[in-house]
Amino acid sequence: MIELKNITKYYGNFPAVTDISFKINRGEIVGLLGPNGAGKSTTMKMITGFMPPTSGELTIDGYDIVHESIEARKKIGYLPETVPLYTDMTVYSYIEYMGKLRGLNNKNIKSKADNVIEICKLGDYKNSLISKLSKGFRQRVGIAQAIIHEPEVLILDEPTIGIDPNQVVETRQLIRNLSGEHTLVLSSHILPEVSSICERVLIINEGEIAASDTIKNLSSLVSGKSKMEVDIIGSPQSIKTKLEKIEGVRSIDLWVKKSSNEYTTFSIESDISVDIRAEVSKTIIENKWGLLRLESMGMSLEDIFLKITTSE
Amino acid sequence: MRNIFLITFKETKTYFLSPMAYIVGGLFLGLTWFFFNTSIVPGDLNPITEANVRGYLDPTTLLFIIFSPLITMRLFSEEEKLGTLELLFTSPVKDIEIVIGKYLASAIILISIVLCTLFYVILIYLFSSPDLGPLLSAYFGITLYGLATLSVGLFASSLSGNQIVSAVVGTVLLLLLSFIDSLGAMLEGLPSTIFNQMALNYHFEDFTKGVIDMGNIVYYLSIAILFLFFTTLNLQIRRWK
Repeated sequence: MIELKNITKYYGNFPAVTDISFKINRGEIVGLLGPNGAGKSTTMKMITGFMPPTSGELTIDGYDIVHESIEARKKIGYLPETVPLYTDMTVYSYIEYMGKLRGLNNKNIKSKADNVIEICKLGDYKNSLISKLSKGFRQRVGIAQAIIHEPEVLILDEPTIGIDPNQVVETRQLIRNLSGEHTLVLSSHILPEVSSICERVLIINEGEIAASDTIKNLSSLVSGKSKMEVDIIGSPQSIKTKLEKIEGVRSIDLWVKKSSNEYTTFSIESDISVDIRAEVSKTIIENKWGLLRLESMGMSLEDIFLKITTSE
Repeated sequence: MRNIFLITFKETKTYFLSPMAYIVGGLFLGLTWFFFNTSIVPGDLNPITEANVRGYLDPTTLLFIIFSPLITMRLFSEEEKLGTLELLFTSPVKDIEIVIGKYLASAIILISIVLCTLFYVILIYLFSSPDLGPLLSAYFGITLYGLATLSVGLFASSLSGNQIVSAVVGTVLLLLLSFIDSLGAMLEGLPSTIFNQMALNYHFEDFTKGVIDMGNIVYYLSIAILFLFFTTLNLQIRRWK
């Protein structure tokens, strides 16, 4: 659906994006991750046709974004980072205008506009001036204009930035609901957001693709081992010796919490290829120790992100 | 075509809902009323007057140098400031459609304001009997003059995200275009003719005399089209930056 081939973008002499290539298939939900200034917004601006790449080829559903720009743009709904709103218009007239600009005809504009107002829960504010709305509602109006023409590709640049936590939850829910119908590309530097919505993650760092995979694969790719924590009541040394004998275990750390000296926490690292949880619990029970907690500590996206963007 | 009208309709509506158009219109009418009074109503300054519109339409051309950029300044500068240019640029709308759509909206505003001055014409008719010919041609000319200045103003608006800067740049460009004939006066021969021909006001005189010269019409339309072209070009250059 979206294909970038050797895309490079210079701002003057400064390379914002250098030689990136990737492909996003129809219906995929992809997260663009990266530190500030990594080139996420630039990449999105090129995909949406706002600015042409300096070199390389970019197509949307086979249409070249530079040479068949109008056809390509028809397929796209876009929410830029700073939500672009005509503050002197009412919510309804803004959504109606944007829908018409995107090619909806006068006949079905009303039902489409009513539909997105319903989806984005803007019914009570239909006739309010946009300048009177809070940031969270403005964000929803921004999403409404991006989806009114039912685009095949939906590009959202930092959709939850700067809104309060309650509204963040609602906005995420809204995006999740949308994801079924569109090819969705979402940029963010909030990692849980990406991991909760997206199937695949593209990590951009310093204008280059640092990694592209599912979150699960990325985590094993980076570390090659999995981690778990177990709280056990019993003699720490003998527990450690027994646990170390389990196949796949690489190393064990242990510590006792000062507040409760009843149990010991063991941090176990093992090969990613074997699941040792069953074996660990069996050993504990056979030795009649007390098991208080057993938790798998798969690498978080934060760890992956930090590892990829800093270690190179 | 549909896109052009969509944008024109939206922009015109915004004009009528914002105070700026009324302030500009009000000031414009106040000043032309002053010109009307001093040129047509007999008084100490001007004891003998003629029953024609030339007296107040001549200085009115100078007003356009300031007022046209004030009308057009928001058209692109505001989009730039609000970030909505990004929406327009990513919608399936051609750059030229955006430019023409916005230009037509400013033309509607300018023509509405000019139509208001027809009130003076009614007054002239009440108290005397002017020639219809020069009156019609002068109004035709002033409209063309206004349309040319709007195009320059629109171009200025596409240069900056700051409305004040756009208005000032527009006025400076128009001043240059208006007084370029003084440069012509200092020269001789062909260069002199070229500079004279380039001047905005040079082509207005005939209209007030009741002469509709094809050359003058072509001149104003060329200025309008040229600057609309520059505006479109500038938008495209900005995309590449």
